[in-house]
Amino acid sequence: MLKLNNISKTFNPGTVNEKRALNGVTLHLAPGDFVTVVGSNGAGKSTLFHAIAGVFYVDRGSVVLDGEDITFKPEYKRSRELGRLFQDPMKGTAPHMTIEENLALAYLRTAKHQHAYFSRTGKGDRKFFRDQLAKLDMGLEDRMKQPVGLLSGGQRQALTLLMATMVPPKILLLDEHTAALDPGTAEKVLNITQEVVAEHKITTMMVTHNMNQALELGSRTLMMDGGNIVLDVQGEERAGLTVKDLLEKFKARVGENLDNDRILLS
Amino acid sequence: MLLSVVTLRTALEMGAIYSLVALALFISFSILNIADLSTDGCYTLGFAVGATVTLAGHPFLALPAAMLAGALSGFVTAFLQTKLGVESILAGIIVNTGLYTVNLAVMGWSSNLSIFGTDTLLSLAKGLSGAKAWTDWSTLIVLAAILGVAAVLAGLFFRTRLGLSIRATGDNVDMVRASSINPAFTITVGLCAANSLTGLAGCLTGLVNKSCDINLGTGMVTVALASLIIGETMFGRFSIGWRIVGVIAGSCVYRIIIALALAANVPTECFKLVSALIVAVAIAMPQGRKLLAIQRQKLLRRKEGAKC
Repeated sequence: MLKLNNISKTFNPGTVNEKRALNGVTLHLAPGDFVTVVGSNGAGKSTLFHAIAGVFYVDRGSVVLDGEDITFKPEYKRSRELGRLFQDPMKGTAPHMTIEENLALAYLRTAKHQHAYFSRTGKGDRKFFRDQLAKLDMGLEDRMKQPVGLLSGGQRQALTLLMATMVPPKILLLDEHTAALDPGTAEKVLNITQEVVAEHKITTMMVTHNMNQALELGSRTLMMDGGNIVLDVQGEERAGLTVKDLLEKFKARVGENLDNDRILLS
Repeated sequence: MLLSVVTLRTALEMGAIYSLVALALFISFSILNIADLSTDGCYTLGFAVGATVTLAGHPFLALPAAMLAGALSGFVTAFLQTKLGVESILAGIIVNTGLYTVNLAVMGWSSNLSIFGTDTLLSLAKGLSGAKAWTDWSTLIVLAAILGVAAVLAGLFFRTRLGLSIRATGDNVDMVRASSINPAFTITVGLCAANSLTGLAGCLTGLVNKSCDINLGTGMVTVALASLIIGETMFGRFSIGWRIVGVIAGSCVYRIIIALALAANVPTECFKLVSALIVAVAIAMPQGRKLLAIQRQKLLRRKEGAKC
């Protein structure tokens, strides 16, 4: 589904602040893969996501999504096939617009609506939005006319997840999307994530700081360090792995302990 | 009576025209979150184009021509900021400066233009009936009708998918990029729409005043901003429909305050100061309300304290 061929990115080249953020990353994801990504501070996890989403173009290498070379496709065009959630729950929704209006915007991604500039939200659309919201089980379906700014962080993140997956994308990028939520809400959003991903068999990548989560969720785990993937486990090898094993493997590969000030070991 | 009917009528006529500019700023400033300082020049451009087309014998073509000219000016402003990376405020200033020359050129390299004695849209409307009531009120009725059409169209437009995209661009640009909308496109459409309204307002001012000069638009941004803020203070920021109604009401209130100042024999030299005061008071209003509420709470607390 997704192929990264030897991609590199250097920020501020030729200055004292030069930073090789991605250093020849190669990665192939099969359709339906659910990959968890862990790594130390500044390992390049978010940069990798930005490269896939097209926030910047990579210096070298190519990005291929479902057979299409998207290396130089602008960010907004990639968004048609790519869903994204950020750590900050405020980032994914427009606060002064109502829930219904936010959903209508997300719905723009469908082929039917891409060029229907002057179409308005109809009764059918509204019913569809209502049903989708009801699935979140947060009572949002009765608040469709309220501005999103009134919702809690967890509700906003759940809404963003709905907006990103309402039209199932080819790939879903989750950048610590539950890290800013309280434990109860985080679990709920995570459960919804799993349901949605399983339902549509969406190829998913998720950055997390919770090592247990990294092993329990999904089908494959990547560890990153210094702008590269240093560990890639899946299948049986992954099934028997504990957090301790994972950290030891990391130390064996990189030669030092995993250094991350926000890491959760249990 | 504080205001004569004639003064009130004139105030409402001007209010209707200024509403269009305030509506334009509502789109660029409130919705897109862009301070578009090309408003002054664009307003004069609308007048220059409208008057020239009217003088050429096309009174009906004047309005669409002025709107098209305004939209073009908006397109240039948008192009500068979306494609060439010019800071949005600077883009407006650059276009505003350039427009001065463009406006002179459109007016035939003369700094003023008169359309006395030429058939205009408004004079033709007035000529429809000889009744005194009609000749007195026709101008206001035509202006109000144009404003009504513009306001309804704007209200409908901002509920369409393109309209929603434009609103989201001003609200959360990250989200817009992540939902397959090109912000460069939405900013361009928004600024074109806003400036076409400014151009239309300039054209209508010319038709009402029958003569205007190159400095017609000076200070227009401040006036329109004042109207916008008065409207938002009075009506709050709820649904898009109410906000548009608020903008129009704000413009009319602003013109009535000016008319009151005139009726109270405030010398015309003091007018800029009056305008500035109105703007300052309107902007300070929400904060003033907050302070008042706190004082009231304190007073209540003190009373309760006395009881115990």
